[in-house]
Amino acid sequence: MTGTLPAFPGVRAERCPFDPPPAIQALQKEGPLTRVRLWDGSTPWLVTTHAEQRALLGHPQVSADVTRPGYPLSAPRLNGSLSFILMDDPEHARQRRMVQAAFTVRRVEGMRPAVQRIVDRLIDDLLAGPKPVDLVEAFALPVPSLVICELLGVPYADHDFFQDHSRILIRRVTPPEERAAAGGRLLDYLDRLVGDKLEHPGDDLLSKVAERVRAGELTREQAAQMGVLLLVAGHETTANMIALGTLALLQHPDQLAVLCGSDDPKVVAGAVEELLRYLNITHGGRRRVAKADIEIAGQVIRAGEGIILANDVGNRDPEVFPHPDELDLGRDARRHVAFGFGVHQCLGQPLARLELQVVYGTLYRRIPTLALAAGLEQIPFKHDGQVYGVYELPVTW
Amino acid sequence: MKVTVDEDKCCGAGQCVLLAPEVFDQREEDGIVLLLEAEPGEGQHALVREAAAVCPAGAIEVAG
Ligand code: HEM
Ligand code: SF4
Repeated sequence: MTGTLPAFPGVRAERCPFDPPPAIQALQKEGPLTRVRLWDGSTPWLVTTHAEQRALLGHPQVSADVTRPGYPLSAPRLNGSLSFILMDDPEHARQRRMVQAAFTVRRVEGMRPAVQRIVDRLIDDLLAGPKPVDLVEAFALPVPSLVICELLGVPYADHDFFQDHSRILIRRVTPPEERAAAGGRLLDYLDRLVGDKLEHPGDDLLSKVAERVRAGELTREQAAQMGVLLLVAGHETTANMIALGTLALLQHPDQLAVLCGSDDPKVVAGAVEELLRYLNITHGGRRRVAKADIEIAGQVIRAGEGIILANDVGNRDPEVFPHPDELDLGRDARRHVAFGFGVHQCLGQPLARLELQVVYGTLYRRIPTLALAAGLEQIPFKHDGQVYGVYELPVTW
Repeated sequence: MKVTVDEDKCCGAGQCVLLAPEVFDQREEDGIVLLLEAEPGEGQHALVREAAAVCPAGAIEVAG
């Protein structure tokens, strides 16, 4: 029977690089919950509807603990310590609250002038440099990397190291031993930085994390793990949204015109929410396991069964978003689940929003003739990544 | 309208502050929700309901 179940993750249609895999999206019509088959032969539930995804992600008996039997793994699990994204409350909340103050809406809004300066300077450099140019290397990666380095107190000079290792870490196809080695080197790197901050505390977030080590509230290893999570989640995701978002806009010139034609912050903010919804770059789904039997949508999820919440498909639920497969920057997309839902909802979302608002609100206005310098069929998409995007985006103007 | 917030449930995602900054704020020290206005005026009602709907932690209750 398992032989007939659809494989997850699915394969995107070649001509629709922005849409979820058709075979997976089609499951939404069969009902909120269906079964899929993973790489290891396991057959967890796949939840494809917006309402049921939110209900389950907010459910107290749904666990994010990767060490529980039945958790639907995306690749062989590595032993070793975990960061709080893979833990349940109360420990998850205890650790998350240690760093939450740095990401409040008000605190992040205060970073807007600094982010605007970073974006303006990188665009100055682009315009002064040769073309065509790879937008990923020259702009999409540097923006969030510079911002998160400043916030954490990580030297930007090390960006080649942490960007390359992050990429290895989050490729689904990376062999386990290579993934372990890359993860280990990142952890060592952050551990050294935590050590530096213990000796010479600065006015940055890693120094605050190091203080918790001194106070006995975190082990050195937990602190380093937290640093890895913040550094990796803080640059890869936003970088992919910048490059993939730019490509999506270049393919939808009528929508790009909306952004070019307005400097109303509300229009730009709305555009960011819609691009987050439409592109939903965390395309491997939110992964959970049931701690008790849960009745939902006429089905029973048994204790110990794996659950994958396909938020890319949830963001295409016509019950919530009319004409869901259309990119429409004018729609109200705020109920999207691109940042997840429940207590693990993205910690960095105010920062991601700020960066994307500044980028989408500046780049196309300053370079209105921005254009692809290759055919769409030549663009290398991150089909093999935990986070979707493009490896390269050659552009000219 | 009467609004209550549950600080223990809140995960500091800030959705409420984005939507209705006159009703919600976040604590300086740990980002947990701060209720500025427990009985917001008519003009805020739609935004407060939307905030309760998007709050990922189910930490906002609205009565009336
Ligand atoms: C557009 C960019 C981003 C997207 C699409 C995104 C998406 C997500 C999603 C879907 C989750 C939920 C994971 C789950 O439920 O299993 C998450 C969690 C998280 N994100 Fe983001 N993220 C982005 C940017 C950032 C940034 C800039 C940071 C900054 C440090 C960050 C830090 C985190 C952390 C620490 C978590 C774990 C939260 C927890 O488990 O409580 N993210 N993100
Ligand atoms: S939206 Fe909910 S979880 Fe987020 S800060 Fe407000 S009350 Fe807390």
